[in-house]
Amino acid sequence: MEVISRIIAPLLCGLIFGTGLLVSGMVQPTKVLAFLDIFGAWDPSLAVVMAAALAVATPGFMLARRRARPVLAGQYFLPVKSDIDAPLVLGAGLFGIGWGLVGLCPGPALESLATLSPGLVVFVVAMASGMILHDTWQPSRPPLQRQVQVNPDR
Amino acid sequence: MANFTPVSAAIGGALIGLSAVLLMLLTGRIAGISGIFAGLLNIRSEDKAWRIAFIAGLMLVPVIAGWIGYGMAPPRLPASWAVIVVAGLLVGFGARLGGGCTSGHGICGIGRLSVRSIAATIVFMVTAVITVAVTRHILGG
Repeated sequence: MEVISRIIAPLLCGLIFGTGLLVSGMVQPTKVLAFLDIFGAWDPSLAVVMAAALAVATPGFMLARRRARPVLAGQYFLPVKSDIDAPLVLGAGLFGIGWGLVGLCPGPALESLATLSPGLVVFVVAMASGMILHDTWQPSRPPLQRQVQVNPDR
Repeated sequence: MANFTPVSAAIGGALIGLSAVLLMLLTGRIAGISGIFAGLLNIRSEDKAWRIAFIAGLMLVPVIAGWIGYGMAPPRLPASWAVIVVAGLLVGFGARLGGGCTSGHGICGIGRLSVRSIAATIVFMVTAVITVAVTRHILGG
């Protein structure tokens, strides 16, 4: 049944996530920039997207945490850090500048690759390079080592 | 607010939230796109199958939407090639240094009431708003 946990469930989640991004219009950089442009013709749609996502995710995560383990896996993979440190603030700051420059973040960028738009290909290659640059510079913090089994309620 | 689309935004947002909850409930993973993608790029990462499956699902959506007559317009990037490259590098590097992006911090992290994610989301929202203000209203005129 490993094919369900490793392929089918994440594929289904990717499809739902992508549908959400497409329906909400967040795949369009112009729509994202219109939200960030609070001094221009402001479009609050992105705030509604986040609010609706959180209205579902917050109670959903609370319910998930009541289970000792996920339905299809042996453990939860959650971040271990809880303090606000310099890398968090600096990284988020740089991310915001890049996001504000073109209106693309990783989800919409990867989804839009399907349109084979040259600008999108260039953006995703640059984004992947930035990630590899960081993970080569800080090999002690690959994704797997930063995520361990933590279920504070158990 | 001429372009405000609250209904489609609410439906789309709810679907994004649903996806994040299902991924956590079923597989125990966080639906943070930068983390999922970076794990694919990292040669030492061993659990690539679920990452490939999730991103494949994400990329299939515009293809399927096209088949059923709701084709996605190619995104318009209001920037030069140089700006696109710099923005991509900043988004990729920044997301890794800060431990997440709009999905991982902004939705999953805040949804788990993580103080780190709330802080990160405030920081990237503020720097993004400042960046747009500078490029559109100060430099752009």
